[in-house]
Amino acid sequence: MEFGPHLILATLEGAVTAAVLALTAVGLSLVFGVMRVVNIAHGEFYMLGAVIAWYVAQMVGGHPALGFVAALVIAPLVVGALAAAADVTILKRIEYDPERTIVATIGLLYIIQQLTLMTYGPEARPVEAPFGGRVELPWFDWFKTLFGMAQPWGWSITSYKLFVIFAAGAVLCGVWAMMARTRIGLLMRATQADRDMALAFGIPVERVYALVFGIGAGLAALGAVLIVPIQQAHYLMGVEPLLLAFIVVIIGGLGSLPGTVLAALFIGLSDGIISVFFSPTLAKILATLLVGLVLVFRPQGLFGTRTA
Amino acid sequence: MTKLIKGTSRRGALKTLAGAAAGAASLPLWARYAQAQSSEPIRIGFQQHSTGIGAAYGRWYGRTTEAAVKLLNEGGGINGRMIEIIAEDDGTDPKRGAEVVEKFANQHGCDVGFGTLFSHVVIGSAPRAGELKLPYFVVSEGHHVASGMLNRYTLQPGITDVKSQVQAMAPYVSENLGKKVTMIFPDFAFGHDHRDFFTAAIEEQGGEVLEQIAIPPSETSFTKYFPQIPRDTEVLYHVMVGPAVLTFVKELGEFFGEQGPEIFGFIDSLEAVDISSPGLEFLEGTYFWEGMPRYAQEDQSEHEKFYREAVGVDENGASVSDPSDVSTYAHMFGCWETLHIIKAGMEASGYAGPLDRAKLIEAVEAMGEMPESRAHPQGAKRFNGKTHQVFGHQHISRVENGRLVRVHTTSIDDTMYPDEVDYTTQPL
Repeated sequence: MEFGPHLILATLEGAVTAAVLALTAVGLSLVFGVMRVVNIAHGEFYMLGAVIAWYVAQMVGGHPALGFVAALVIAPLVVGALAAAADVTILKRIEYDPERTIVATIGLLYIIQQLTLMTYGPEARPVEAPFGGRVELPWFDWFKTLFGMAQPWGWSITSYKLFVIFAAGAVLCGVWAMMARTRIGLLMRATQADRDMALAFGIPVERVYALVFGIGAGLAALGAVLIVPIQQAHYLMGVEPLLLAFIVVIIGGLGSLPGTVLAALFIGLSDGIISVFFSPTLAKILATLLVGLVLVFRPQGLFGTRTA
Repeated sequence: MTKLIKGTSRRGALKTLAGAAAGAASLPLWARYAQAQSSEPIRIGFQQHSTGIGAAYGRWYGRTTEAAVKLLNEGGGINGRMIEIIAEDDGTDPKRGAEVVEKFANQHGCDVGFGTLFSHVVIGSAPRAGELKLPYFVVSEGHHVASGMLNRYTLQPGITDVKSQVQAMAPYVSENLGKKVTMIFPDFAFGHDHRDFFTAAIEEQGGEVLEQIAIPPSETSFTKYFPQIPRDTEVLYHVMVGPAVLTFVKELGEFFGEQGPEIFGFIDSLEAVDISSPGLEFLEGTYFWEGMPRYAQEDQSEHEKFYREAVGVDENGASVSDPSDVSTYAHMFGCWETLHIIKAGMEASGYAGPLDRAKLIEAVEAMGEMPESRAHPQGAKRFNGKTHQVFGHQHISRVENGRLVRVHTTSIDDTMYPDEVDYTTQPL
């Protein structure tokens, strides 16, 4: 394929990856920023979102849009509630001790994964997209000395993929508004800044923690509901997003939401473009190399603030 | 005081008998066979892909195995001994595969190992089976058995290999679909077999492969690979495995839309996936290789009908109990046929226990023509004892009204190629 269309196609594909990645990584970053918990089970909350979306779509039936909209509401809520319950019953009991929370969330990862395998099964199951027209993109070029418009094959994207990009953008704006403009956002930021001081000012820190853990997991689930009409719900689908989300969060700066979003854009787009022009393996190598460099030269991340 | 001594009553005797029977039933397994060694079951270690990228296959390989064992045991087992399947999950992982083979030989005391599908797991496990001298019956399709890469203890008598499959497909593709082919395949041993042998086979037909696109088997997003497809491609040849196959085929459809080249795929790209899933409408009129036609064809043989029923698969290739649970129909017959061959080999060699493993290998190597029968519902087969590989008929189906309809069946001779190894020269 010619270079121009090729590049734009790669960028669009990368943008879809980036959009979902941003949602997942912001959830992870939020949990780390406020709670100082490295949530290894984050990818499994993502997977649960997709699996629940499949169940909801099956139960609702009718037009695919009905099931999809229902899943968009139900899946993040259910996953968020599950995560909040996990916070209260597990993380709180081990007093958010950094090492123990890592081990606990690894355990959670396996429990969720295997329970899904036992109940939902090993298949990858599809959820129908609410709409999915193919959008043909015209391309202008010289064709045998004649300038004109053509529609070479493959030079297209689905309307649903465009929707994913915009929906993720809208949700991210919502998260930003919540953090910056609402009372609960204020409580979260206060808890993030100084847990003990927040406690002294009467902020119910434990409830804030449960809420944050729930919101973080809910964001991952939301990303999964958006992606599930493109990919399928499968019990192992949480592994890759977890790795990518960690890469993004480390590059962007742990706990920094704008940094996370920018890093997600960067990793998603570069993954798309490098995969198309070179190889997907090279894209992963470069992303990992970047993580190494960031950890050596700027451990707080590109946008993070150094904590004492 | 005197104690009342109870005499033996009928009721008391019955009670004692019942107690003894219950006691015997609760004895450990070895004790029950103590009086008759030969009534101990034949233990077949089933290396199953219960988890990992092969899980959908693993489930149906499991169901087929269960059905075949039930049938064989109802018919008296092997040499009068019942068959016991010991399934171990290998996670579709070569390293764990080798460990599972070791467990079969050393821990479970299995007579043979059986049932592995994914080629990288076979390649990882077979050397260990050879060292442990455990007969290892794989159901994998890879060319690694017939290529001479493995050893005398590894056999593939129940399913044909990729080299013979693609060699038989190439003439049909070049005559009916086109001569300029672009290939998309998974980037591991199985996909490389497709790449190497189809490229050679189509060149023999006067065609050429324009581009070879390798995709990692764990990939989840595919559109980014498709721009590499050259514009003058006449036929797109695709074969994909793993949990994301449906995404792969859907994105292929989104990429081409109404235009695009002819499409020829291996059904692997859609095993365990419903052809009428949303987004797959573009497959109408495209072609697929099938080891065994998923949809019951009009001329379905009585043997196939029996097999379909025994495994619990309906007319559309899905589970009888859940129509959305689509089987891996084009591959799983290999488990059924392999188990029947293990039985035939053990009975021919008078197999009595692990000491007779070498005799079992020789007995299977001596097999040749296998007529279509209840034991071989996919069709007649020809086993090559030197290369340890079986040859059989291949099918090409076309998607018509959302169903796969068989349009061509190759002869066994179409699939033959010269021997590349003689395992019988290796010591046992």
